[in-house]
Amino acid sequence: MNDSLVVIVLLSLVGGALRVSTPFIFVALGECLTEKSGRVNLGLEGTLVLGAMSAYATSYHTGQPWLGVLAAGCAGAMLGAIHGFVCKLPRVNDVAIGIAMMLFGTGLAFFFGKAYIQPSAPRLGEIGLGDWTGDAKIASALQINSLLLIGVAVAIVMWWAFANTRWGLILRMTGDSAPSAKAMGVSVDLVRFLATTAGGFLAGVGGAFLSLYYPGSWNQGLSSGQGLMAVALVIFARWNPLRCVIAALLFGATGAIGPALQSVGVTQGYYFFNAAPYILTLLIMVGSAGSKRAARDAPGELSITK
Amino acid sequence: MVEASASVKTGEPERESAMRDWSIRLRRNAEYVVIPLFALVVSACAFSLFLLLVGKSPVMFFELVQRGGFGTAFSIQNTLQRSAPLILTALAVAIPARIGLIMIGGEGALVVGGFASAAVAIPLLERVPPGPTLFVMAVAGAIVGAFWVGLAGLMRHARGVNETISSLLLTYIGVAIMNFFVEGALRDLTNPNKPSTKPIGDAYMMGKIPGTDVHWGLAAGVAIAILLHVLMTRTTFGFAVRVAGGNPRAALAQGLPVGKLIVACTAIAGACAGLAGFFEVAAIQGRANASLAAGYGFTGILVSFLARHNPIAIIFVAILFGGIVASGGLIQRRMDLPDATVLVLQGLTFMILLASETLYGRFSIFKMDAGRDRT
Repeated sequence: MNDSLVVIVLLSLVGGALRVSTPFIFVALGECLTEKSGRVNLGLEGTLVLGAMSAYATSYHTGQPWLGVLAAGCAGAMLGAIHGFVCKLPRVNDVAIGIAMMLFGTGLAFFFGKAYIQPSAPRLGEIGLGDWTGDAKIASALQINSLLLIGVAVAIVMWWAFANTRWGLILRMTGDSAPSAKAMGVSVDLVRFLATTAGGFLAGVGGAFLSLYYPGSWNQGLSSGQGLMAVALVIFARWNPLRCVIAALLFGATGAIGPALQSVGVTQGYYFFNAAPYILTLLIMVGSAGSKRAARDAPGELSITK
Repeated sequence: MVEASASVKTGEPERESAMRDWSIRLRRNAEYVVIPLFALVVSACAFSLFLLLVGKSPVMFFELVQRGGFGTAFSIQNTLQRSAPLILTALAVAIPARIGLIMIGGEGALVVGGFASAAVAIPLLERVPPGPTLFVMAVAGAIVGAFWVGLAGLMRHARGVNETISSLLLTYIGVAIMNFFVEGALRDLTNPNKPSTKPIGDAYMMGKIPGTDVHWGLAAGVAIAILLHVLMTRTTFGFAVRVAGGNPRAALAQGLPVGKLIVACTAIAGACAGLAGFFEVAAIQGRANASLAAGYGFTGILVSFLARHNPIAIIFVAILFGGIVASGGLIQRRMDLPDATVLVLQGLTFMILLASETLYGRFSIFKMDAGRDRT
C-alpha cells in the first residue's frame, strides 16, 4: 500500500518534471544565447506570456496548433528585437529595459488575450513514452510533447555550435570582450541584436507550450515567474546549454512536488510547495552566484555578474 | 552630483558669479526635466497610435484620464488616495537606486508588510485601543518590509546575487506566504467569498485627513519623501551612499562600509513599501488578502525612474500616475478596454523613458557656459 503510494508520487514527479520543465528549457536556452553575446534580457517573463497568448489565439483561429507555436516564436522575436534595438543606444541599461519589456509583454498579452480566456483552442498532441508498459497510470504520467524533444535537440545543437562553428566563436567573442570583437571587424551591436531576437524566439516557443500543452489553456495566471526563474537558472547552468536542460528538469521536478503530493491526497502546505521553486531558485543563486567556477564561465561583458 | 559640483566653487565672492552659477545650474537641471517630459509626450503619442490600431479613440482616452483622475473634487481625492502607496513604493526603488541597485521588490514588500500588519492586529483587537494598535501595525509592516527587501540587499552584498532577480523572486515568495496563511491558519471563516484575514473592523480603521476623503497615508508618504530627500542630500549617510553608488571601488578605498550602506538602503526601501502595505490594510482594505498585490509595486518602479530617483519629484509623478490608475475603471467601462490597458501604457512609457537616457548630454542648449567649471 505504502509502496504503491511512493511509486505514484515518484511517477507523477517524473512526469511532472518532464511536463513542467519544457518552458524552462526554452526560456533558459533563449537567455543563454542572449547572455553569451554579453547582454541580459530580464524581460523573458513578458515574452513567455505574450508567446503563450499568441500561440493560443493563432491555434484558435486557424485550428493549427503548430502555427500557434510559430506565431509565439515570432511574437517573442519581436519583443527580443525591440530589446536588442533599444539596448543598442548608448547609455541605456539592459537590466532596466528588461523590466520594461516584462511589463510591456505582459500588458500586451493580457490586453489582446482577454477575448481568448473562454474559448478552447486545439492543443498540441502528445507522445506516449510509457505506452509499452500497458499500465494506464504509467502511460499517463509519461506522456510528453514533441516540444520537449525539440528543446533538447536545440540545446545539443547550441552546445555543439558554440564550440565548433564560426558563428559560435563570434558570439562567444562578442560576449567575452567587445573590444576584441570590434578589432576583428565584427559588429557587436548586430551580433547582440540577433542573439536577443533569436533568444526571444525561443522564449516565445516556451510560452506556446504553456498555453497549448500544459496546463493547456490561456489565462492571466498562466505564468507566474517561470520566465524569471529560467533567467536565474542560466547562471546556475554556467552558460552551458546542456546544463540548462538538466537544471530545467530539476526545476520542473520542484514545481511538480505540490501537484504530485496533491494527487495522493496530501493537500497541506499546498501554497508552501507553490513557493518551493522560487525558494529553490534563490538558494541556487546564493550558492552559485559568488562561486569561482561561475565567475570563470561567465561571459566577460555581462553586466549581471559583475 | 550636480549640487556637489555647483557648491564646490562658491569661493568666488562676487554676486554676479553667484547669479551665473545659479543660471548654469538651472540650465543643467532643466535637462533632467525636459527629457523625461519629452519621453512622456512621445509615450502618449505611441500609446495613441496603439489605441488607433485597435480601433479606439485616443482623444476619448486622455479626456477620460483627465476627468476620472483630476476632473472633480471626488476624482482628485480618489487620485490622491492611490498616489499614497505609489509614493512609498517608488521610494522603495529610488533609495537603492542611489547606491546603484535596481531593486524591484516593492510589490513583495508591500504584500508581506500589509499581511504582517493585519496579522499582528488580530490578537490586539478589542483589547488595545485603536491608536496603539495602528502604531504596532505600522511598525510591524515596516519591519517586515525592511527585512524582505533588506534580504535581497544582504544577498547582493554577501554573495553577489543579482538584486533585480532576487527581489522579484522574493515578491513571488511573499505572495505565496500570504496565501498560505490567508487560506489556512489565519483565514476568516465568516467570509466565504474571498480568503482573507479577520477584518480589523471599522473602529480600528485609520481616519481621513480632516476636511478630505484621503487617508493619512498620503501625508505620511509626502513626509517620508521629504525626509529621505534630506537624508540623501544633506547628511553624511546620504553622501556616503552617493559615493558608493557612483564608484563602489573608490568608496571601499575611502574606507566606506559599502556593504552596510547597501543593506541600510535596501532596508529603508523595504520599510517604505511595507508601510504602503500597512496603509492599504489599515485605511482601505481593512484586511489582508490577494487584493494587496494590485500592482502598486510595479507602477512604483516606473514612477521612480520617471522622477530620476529624486524623492521630491516622486511625489508629483506619483500623483500623475495615481490619476491614471484611478481613471482605469472609468476607461474600462466607457471605452470597453481591458484593465491591462494601463499595463500596456506603463510598459510603453517605461521603455521610451529608458531609451530617452541616450539623449542626455546631446543638446548644447543645456550645456552653454557649462564648460567653465569642467576641469
